[in-house]
Amino acid sequence: MEPFHSAEGIVAPLDQTDVDTDMIIPAAFLKRVERTGFGDFLFYAKRFKADGTPEPNFLLNQPRFKNANVLVAGRNFGCGSSREHAPWALQQYGFKAVIAPSFADIFNNNCAQIGLLTVALPEERVREILDASNAREGYQLHIDLERQEVTDPFGHVDHFEIDAFKKHCLLNGLDAVGLTLRHEADIARYESRRRSWLPAFS
Amino acid sequence: MPKTIIQKIWDDHIVASHEGEPDLLFVDLHLIHEITTAQAFEGLRLSGRAVRHPELTLATVDHNVPTTPRDLPLSDPIAKRQIELLGTNTAHFRIHYEDMFSPRQGIVHVIGPELGASLPGMVIVCGDSHTATHGALGAIAFGIGTSEVEHVLATQTLPQMRPKSLRINVEGELPAGTTPKDLILCIIRAIGVGGATGHIIEYTGSTFRGMSMEGRMTVCNMTIEGGGRAGLVSPDDTTFAYVEGRTYAPKGQLWNEALDYWRSLPSDAGASYDQTVEIPAASVEPFVTWGTNPSQSVPVTGHIPLPGELPDDTARAAAERALRYQGLTAGTSMQDVHLDKVFIGSCTNSRLEDLRAAAAVIRGRKVSPSVQALVVPGSQQVKVAAEKEGLDRLFSEAGFQWREAGCSMCLGMNPDVLGPGERCASTSNRNFEGRQGPGGRTHLVSPAMAAAAAIAGHFVDVRSF
Ligand code: SF4
Repeated sequence: MEPFHSAEGIVAPLDQTDVDTDMIIPAAFLKRVERTGFGDFLFYAKRFKADGTPEPNFLLNQPRFKNANVLVAGRNFGCGSSREHAPWALQQYGFKAVIAPSFADIFNNNCAQIGLLTVALPEERVREILDASNAREGYQLHIDLERQEVTDPFGHVDHFEIDAFKKHCLLNGLDAVGLTLRHEADIARYESRRRSWLPAFS
Repeated sequence: MPKTIIQKIWDDHIVASHEGEPDLLFVDLHLIHEITTAQAFEGLRLSGRAVRHPELTLATVDHNVPTTPRDLPLSDPIAKRQIELLGTNTAHFRIHYEDMFSPRQGIVHVIGPELGASLPGMVIVCGDSHTATHGALGAIAFGIGTSEVEHVLATQTLPQMRPKSLRINVEGELPAGTTPKDLILCIIRAIGVGGATGHIIEYTGSTFRGMSMEGRMTVCNMTIEGGGRAGLVSPDDTTFAYVEGRTYAPKGQLWNEALDYWRSLPSDAGASYDQTVEIPAASVEPFVTWGTNPSQSVPVTGHIPLPGELPDDTARAAAERALRYQGLTAGTSMQDVHLDKVFIGSCTNSRLEDLRAAAAVIRGRKVSPSVQALVVPGSQQVKVAAEKEGLDRLFSEAGFQWREAGCSMCLGMNPDVLGPGERCASTSNRNFEGRQGPGGRTHLVSPAMAAAAAIAGHFVDVRSF
């Protein structure tokens, strides 16, 4: 995973609560066995009409949001299916961070695994950011992970909370499997004392 | 100090615990399927890592498989490639695989318990959000993403922050005509789709004590629809009777050892939870979802809420969006909503009891000529058991299609999909936009309610049908 330090860019305001991972990437695209190329299918059913042409009204098809790299949305973002294809699609489309009042657990974990930053801010602040980015073309945010701050063009600073270990992993782009294998001796010790009735398949 | 079952199982699986880091948990059972694993195996290959415990990993194929006869060739070349890749990967890494032709194939969350692979006291993971289903056995079972699947394949462990605990207590008998599906819809309605985020739910109370294992699976299955990380029911004699004798369940002396341990698992009296919610069983009715998330439901005798009946602006905005998608208007009586399709299946409601409950509604009647109805057993073993009881004939004679096991129209990855604008009564777990096919409209109900709706052509109250 690439280290994550900061992100800066245009905000795309997705003013909707409970955005589910089926919406972020429909099931039809989960048959692909590659890990790349999912950006083209992000929000597919919203972004494209049934005939495959772009839906001009959808947020990401509006020229002013075309190059957005910070997505801002309503609470419980990423609910539903565990598909990591959802964060892959967001990241491969070009988003560096998602801001919302809250995130679904599995989605949040999946984002941390690939270095897509999720920032939880209070509901009122998210509301203000949604409104500001709708009102002002080119509205940008700067997100600094080290300082745990989101800064808007007028110098308004929001502090955000993030688990210290998660932050450390993101800042250093650490490989989770590599981290776990530091505990090789503990794993071996646990394996030797597992309960004897536990099943095994062969 | 008194402990909850959640703490007991968690503590029993800690491999390493350090201040300021997530606990490293050992995984007893890793279930895998075709959709969320290809990239994980690829990752292993790229990093030159092996599968640490192939014998603790169990694979099946469910999402993509057609539910038409198994001897027909796969018509979708992309699905075919994904299925073949699971075969190659499991063969290469020596993982036990119940493939499309196995008599034990089925939806991963149906076959785990059915085979006795999912047992009380375990930590179970799967690259699938409905993994909480296995919590019905009294296990901590949760969904993970593909990177985490790779992590578990490589290390058989997973770093996890200890979630908070939420006790959902339900007392009393479920009213006649209502089912565990109605209960979980009622719970999600009460707590909301994000209500249990960051929590493991323990379902407690006399309602669960009196509930069958299959009913408990239906409830635990939809834990994620309330945002819960996992959901479980403390094991009891009902659990042990269910587990005993199953293929991978312990036998002989090992059974006795296991049983001793399992009896120590239920939460101690006085154990504390971060939150408790009480739901009276008497408040459960046959529910139907009207919107595009599983909390947007009303009793079948009710109507689609008017804006003034919703709690706040956020709920009103969500309802407006949902109704536009669903092609419905606020105030419409649920029983006036007509259907194009009916789907009885999915890891929520495709077990033998579910099929029996649906079949019991038929009583010589026929599926409405305007409805196409599908019954998809959760596993090949469920299918065989149902056929032994003659359920397949009951369904077929009434005009339901009787299919092979798989996820099918729950998520529309195989040829069983809704067309744009088609409306479906479904026993599955998600009514998200496009879930059953692009433009398709889903209403979640219990198996009995789905069968009744198939016959009537619109929603009806199963209590008077
Ligand atoms: S039946 Fe539906 S919810 Fe269950 S595993 Fe299959 S796709 Fe997922």
